[in-house]
Amino acid sequence: MTSSLGAGGAHTVEILDSRGAWKPLDGLLLEVDQLQVEFRTRDGVAEAINGVSFDLHSGETLAILGESGSGKSVTAQAIMGILDSPPAFITGGEVRYCGRNIFTLPDEQRRRVRGPEISMVFQDALSALNPVFPVGWQIAEMFRKHRGLNKSDSLAQAVRLMQRVQIPGAAQRVKAYPHQFSGGMRQRIMIAMAIALDPAVLIADEPTTALDVTVQAQIMKLLADLQEERQMGLILITHDLGVVADVADRIAVMYAGRIVEQSDVFEIYARPAHPYTKGLLESIPRLDQKGKVLAAIGGLPPSLTRIPPGCPFNPRCNYAQDVCRVDPPPPLREVVYHRLAACHFSELVLEHSPELQVTQTVDDVQAALEYGPEPTLISQHDRIADAGPGPGVLP
Amino acid sequence: MTDTTSSDSVIAVTIDPTGGPEGPVSAPEKREKARSLGSDAWQELRHRPMFWISATLIVLFVVMAAFPQLFTSKDPYYGDLNRAREAPSPDAWFGMDSQGYDVYTRTVYGARASIMVGIFATVFTLVFGSLVGIISGYRGGWVDSLASRIGEIFLGIPLLLGGILFIYSFPPSLDEPLVVSVAKIALVLGIFGWPSIARLMRSSVLQVKPNDYVQAARALGASPGRIISSHILPNSLASVIVVSTINLGAYISIEATLSFLGIGLQPPAISWGIQISEASTIGLIRAAPYLLLFPSVFLSAAVLAFIMLGDVVRDALDPRLR
Amino acid sequence: MGKYVIRRLLQMIPVIIGVTFIIYVSVYALGDPTVGRCGERPCPPGYIAKFRADYNLDKPLIVQYLLYMGNLLQGDLGTNFFGNQVVDELASRWPTTLRLGLMALVIETVIGISAGVVAGIRRGKFVDNLVTVSTLFLISIPIFVIGSTAQLIFGVRLGWFPVTSTQGTTYQLILPAFVLASASLAYIARLMRANLSENLRADYVRTAKAKGLSNSRTVGVHTLRNSLIPVVTYIGIDIGALMGGAIVTERIFNINGIGNFLYRSIRLKDGTSVVGTIVCLVLIYLLVNLLVDILYGFLDPRISND
Repeated sequence: MTSSLGAGGAHTVEILDSRGAWKPLDGLLLEVDQLQVEFRTRDGVAEAINGVSFDLHSGETLAILGESGSGKSVTAQAIMGILDSPPAFITGGEVRYCGRNIFTLPDEQRRRVRGPEISMVFQDALSALNPVFPVGWQIAEMFRKHRGLNKSDSLAQAVRLMQRVQIPGAAQRVKAYPHQFSGGMRQRIMIAMAIALDPAVLIADEPTTALDVTVQAQIMKLLADLQEERQMGLILITHDLGVVADVADRIAVMYAGRIVEQSDVFEIYARPAHPYTKGLLESIPRLDQKGKVLAAIGGLPPSLTRIPPGCPFNPRCNYAQDVCRVDPPPPLREVVYHRLAACHFSELVLEHSPELQVTQTVDDVQAALEYGPEPTLISQHDRIADAGPGPGVLP
Repeated sequence: MTDTTSSDSVIAVTIDPTGGPEGPVSAPEKREKARSLGSDAWQELRHRPMFWISATLIVLFVVMAAFPQLFTSKDPYYGDLNRAREAPSPDAWFGMDSQGYDVYTRTVYGARASIMVGIFATVFTLVFGSLVGIISGYRGGWVDSLASRIGEIFLGIPLLLGGILFIYSFPPSLDEPLVVSVAKIALVLGIFGWPSIARLMRSSVLQVKPNDYVQAARALGASPGRIISSHILPNSLASVIVVSTINLGAYISIEATLSFLGIGLQPPAISWGIQISEASTIGLIRAAPYLLLFPSVFLSAAVLAFIMLGDVVRDALDPRLR
Repeated sequence: MGKYVIRRLLQMIPVIIGVTFIIYVSVYALGDPTVGRCGERPCPPGYIAKFRADYNLDKPLIVQYLLYMGNLLQGDLGTNFFGNQVVDELASRWPTTLRLGLMALVIETVIGISAGVVAGIRRGKFVDNLVTVSTLFLISIPIFVIGSTAQLIFGVRLGWFPVTSTQGTTYQLILPAFVLASASLAYIARLMRANLSENLRADYVRTAKAKGLSNSRTVGVHTLRNSLIPVVTYIGIDIGALMGGAIVTERIFNINGIGNFLYRSIRLKDGTSVVGTIVCLVLIYLLVNLLVDILYGFLDPRISND
């Protein structure tokens, strides 16, 4: 497959075809299947990933959303195969790229997947780039090591890539060092390095967290453009709901090493099907709530060495019942067409969404009358807790 | 609902390697409490054999320096020439030296000079270095520049050369008490040692001073002294302790080197360096190697103990090694 | 880059002045420079008066110092007790000490860096513990103990090397060079190990792995370059330690070098020689440090390309 870039260069670039070995079936690039990762530390075994599964297709953007410690970065690093082992150990599951389980590949072959086929962009470009080598050298390294190009050719490629990611004066700055660039520019350099060999999958681990808001938007647009152009599958890892809304096609929400909800972006924002997602959405400050108490999910995420039995979210959940506190945790099931959630009471959560005015009990109707047409979020919390399970919920 | 207290480390440092009031805390309890840097360090240190070895050695040498009578009942100044260069025997464990002194006894008494020099020099560098460092960090401006330049000058003279130079100019004389000689040497070592401590304290001040909580404290009327003791000292305590401990070992080593070269303490003072110097003439090495061996072992063990302790404490306090 | 060099040069000047001033003052102004010149007894007043006139000791301190510096810049370090030019004495002994120093430098760099790299890569394993413990011993045991013990074991008992190295041939200098290098070797190994293992946990190593680079390239190219930089700086400081160590080593092995000369001058209370030698050594030390600083600027782009 040759790649001709319209934007930066007028010439067609012949890239040695190693993609021959890897052809996605029906556009299905990546399948993560029941991934299990644990960290063995002195304080105990931390179950960082507990049965995560998802798919990724060409041209699709999947956002993985979660708090710190939810396991999103570990998932990405497990897919890439760059976890430090020890203390991390992959104890179960498979990751299939173009149908082949890459966990069983020998080291040599795995390295040829990592970089040219699946590549990654990290959060802090200043520490992620080697400070003592020029940026052009670092980008060109991809061509030198994976494609066998010589120094000047690979450097020319590096300049082309830097131009593609819109770094001004690329030809002059190819010999500059990372610390001589601004944060946004550095992130572009990382992106250039990641897309250098035209990978099919790009994993972006919090690519804009360390950047200003305006620069964030530029970087996200760049990623979207690149993805469109090359039909890459993009996995976007973030904790920022706002960033996700514009870019992602699907969202997977992670908590304590599990995916608790997975669906199309629009659907999740409109009607969350899991209490955790609901809590996250409700915690976003809104202009029309001025003067009211800010909602937040009480408590902290669990320590991964001692995940509570049953549903890991149960200590903080307003919908929790006895069944939630008992093993096994609720499975990820299809609650509505094409929407997966891991909760015993997803149907109830769906119905309690702020946007929907459907009320289930007499109490709800009364409360709606008392508090006015737009129920405040805090009072909703209280009502749900006080009201107990609605009809049709108990098994 | 669990409360939302931060589980990050508080920078209250109460390092007490001998097992202070915090003591060992049982495991599940430990996870709920906010772990201070001090108790973290203590937990780390407890498990390391190097810590216990070095601590034991240090205690041993300090006791030996303070109460040599506990280790030997003989008189280090009593020499029987008839028994010169005798090999080790049940009566004289380390043998006798060229003047008929009991080597074991002299070795035990030799601890005094070394430990005293080490302690004096370290105290001096700590006090003087901290003062200079804090003042130059606080005042900034020309005071800071001047202090930094002067520190650089003293750092520009290698320690041994500087020691030789100053001792040459102010040699310990034969008729002054041991304490004075020791103080002289300690002073000389301290003159070259204070810049490293001053730098540490200065950078600690510079780190802490711009913080908002310091501004707040000042607005509330806290005196500089209080700010220093509550905020700056704890921040720097860890590195200062590590550096001072290692320096102590280095001072003992250098005092012995100076004595070995015949420059430091002079006989009749007893020092491991003097013993080794006397024992290392070619003839004696062939004939009586034990004269060299035993003081060397004691000296090395003393220096090793301090450097090991500094090493182990540094590893325990290093947050990156968690 | 040029700016950086000039800045360092300018910073060096007050330090040189300060150092030489302190050296001069401590010997001539504070101490009694006539000590030992007349044997065991204090000198007669007439001698002292002439001495003071000859050495400008009657003039104000600043003038004394300036006159001394003036002589220094002309390469005149004074005439010592025995009527020899200090400069000549140093010059004749210089090659031997230089050879000893260079040998020690090579030994400590090669062995130190290798040991440090191996220990850093295999952190926590047997090799690492071996290196850690042995370097700890090497640092702690004072150099004269190592020297005397080495002389005893390798010279007297095993006979592999000559016990003294009076002629100063290269073979004779091997054992002394190892002794001299011992402590520095240990420091370099530890420094290298600490840097390497710290750099191995750096983010850019994760990026290198994510780029699909081999392990050997990640360590050998990416981390090594970062880790070597502080070691280079250390070697500059180490020259000072080597100078001090040379005094002890040359004394133990009876090598006819500058260190031994300094030692004997001290014992004979030959003030001019002592001052002259120390001034010379310190100036060399400062110069080497300056060169190392500049070299560091070349190696670390964050410094030079500011």
